[in-house]
Amino acid sequence: MRKGWFGMADLSVTVCGVPFKNPIIPASGVFGYGREYAQYYPLSMLGGIAAKGTTPLKQNGNPAPRIAETPAGMLNSVGLQNPGMEAFIHNELPWLLQQDTVVLANFAGPSPEACAESAAKLDATDVHMLELNISCPNVKNGGLAFGAQADTAAAMVRAVRNATKKPLVVKLSPNVTDITEIARAVEAEGADAVSLINTLLGMRIDLRTRRPILRNNTGGLSGPAVFPVAVRMVWQVSNAVKIPVIGMGGVASGKDAAELMMAGASAVQVGTAVLTDPYAPLRIVQELNAFLDENGIASAAELTGTMQPW
Amino acid sequence: MCQSTNNIIIPTLRYPVRCMEQLNMTTWSMVVDCPEVAAKAVPGQFVHLLPDGNYTLRRPISICEINRSAGTLRLVFEVRGEGTETLSHLRAGDMVNLLGSLGHGFTLLEQKQPVILIGGGIGTPPMLPLAQYYGEQATVICGFRNAGAAILQQDFAKAGAQTVLCTDDGSAGHHGLVTQPLAELINERKPAMLYACGPMPMLRAIANMAKAQGIPCEVSLEERMGCGVGACLVCACNIYLDDGSVHAGHVCKDGPVFDAERVVWNG
Repeated sequence: MRKGWFGMADLSVTVCGVPFKNPIIPASGVFGYGREYAQYYPLSMLGGIAAKGTTPLKQNGNPAPRIAETPAGMLNSVGLQNPGMEAFIHNELPWLLQQDTVVLANFAGPSPEACAESAAKLDATDVHMLELNISCPNVKNGGLAFGAQADTAAAMVRAVRNATKKPLVVKLSPNVTDITEIARAVEAEGADAVSLINTLLGMRIDLRTRRPILRNNTGGLSGPAVFPVAVRMVWQVSNAVKIPVIGMGGVASGKDAAELMMAGASAVQVGTAVLTDPYAPLRIVQELNAFLDENGIASAAELTGTMQPW
Repeated sequence: MCQSTNNIIIPTLRYPVRCMEQLNMTTWSMVVDCPEVAAKAVPGQFVHLLPDGNYTLRRPISICEINRSAGTLRLVFEVRGEGTETLSHLRAGDMVNLLGSLGHGFTLLEQKQPVILIGGGIGTPPMLPLAQYYGEQATVICGFRNAGAAILQQDFAKAGAQTVLCTDDGSAGHHGLVTQPLAELINERKPAMLYACGPMPMLRAIANMAKAQGIPCEVSLEERMGCGVGACLVCACNIYLDDGSVHAGHVCKDGPVFDAERVVWNG
């Protein structure tokens, strides 16, 4: 066992057989393909990177404004702007794979067939894990269209599962009646892990113009405001499935990360906090390490699922 | 894992405010002591400020003065909401959380060429570093709502630039839009370059005049921003690529300064 590099505790975790140096992963969407943050610190200090959600073909996303601040959080309606799967695999992934960290290729598409095709292309690369996004609230075709119901989610995962042997993580939406039902459905179709929560659908209005602030009218709510929802859903899902859960949703500190792990997460993604502070993922690793040291906990992996409900 | 034994020191991004001055009812001028940021900053760039308190998003503020020898940046901003209101409460000696300098700045020509700088309202501050660079070769046309909203006129004069002031209500300078004196100045002597920052209708009109006259023109755009470094893809603006196709670019990284001919004005 190697010693964690931030202090005494062992920060390493293993998810779906893939070893991570630490459990902290910048979430898909806030980190691009990593290049912008490599000027601030070596990306090798991160547990992993969830790359920007990529669709089969280039997408321009939604019109601006695409962001609005909200109490303890924000709304976004980027709408999966990306250069397309071929461009990702040829122009971005080779560089990302040289950064000595685990790479999760986040992908979405308009149909199970299209996603299966993307999965097959990614399967032929050295990417470590695939993260299938069936939960983007900001695109009309694909995204949440598949993740909102168990049968469509299952059909999507079935098609993708047949196209890849790589560890397959399925990213789930909180905008559903019962997230455990969706989680069980994707587990039954062979998902190796689930990640949650994507953003909660929300809206704000400019009182002066009586128009929505976002040009897309609605957007996804994220940030500390959604953290308690994430804790609850990670707890519910980790009790409902046997596969690992990667937790996310408003994590802004090492203690938040520890809390989400106690609720059942094997690793933790950090999204909105990166917009507030580009160094947030590193700070969270340091804070998590301090938490473990201060409480005499030998390893981060020991935290997972240790919360005792009343 | 050789880096493993060394804890890295995470930058706090906090810098001391050297002075704070209120320019009018809604506009503040802040000088920040940030030598390593000032050393790299160029005209047209911005810094991303995080107000203290429960804020999730930073506020992009354009750079109004770069003083490398003093190691300071001057930032002039308008109070538009709670975040900028909080920033306006900072005083000399307080610390401000500043990420930067960010973005793509203005193209600087050889200093001896005549240029025209056009600032509309709170779009005026990023024109000052250009005026300080071009000195008496610069003519600055500024447009404001009224006399009370006018800012930085003495700073432009001190830089050696000619100043033309316009107000919407005629309470100071020319009564009307910046485009009227701009057309006259272009007729008198064709400038080597136009630089502009302000409301989109003003920028669109200036871009059209520049194109019609064959004058290179750069504009600084504004959009609601997220990360500020080009990763989150929030601050989208449509721009033309070399092949004429439209690309969803981003104000923070591709801009905030764009060649006016690259901007899709109706987009």
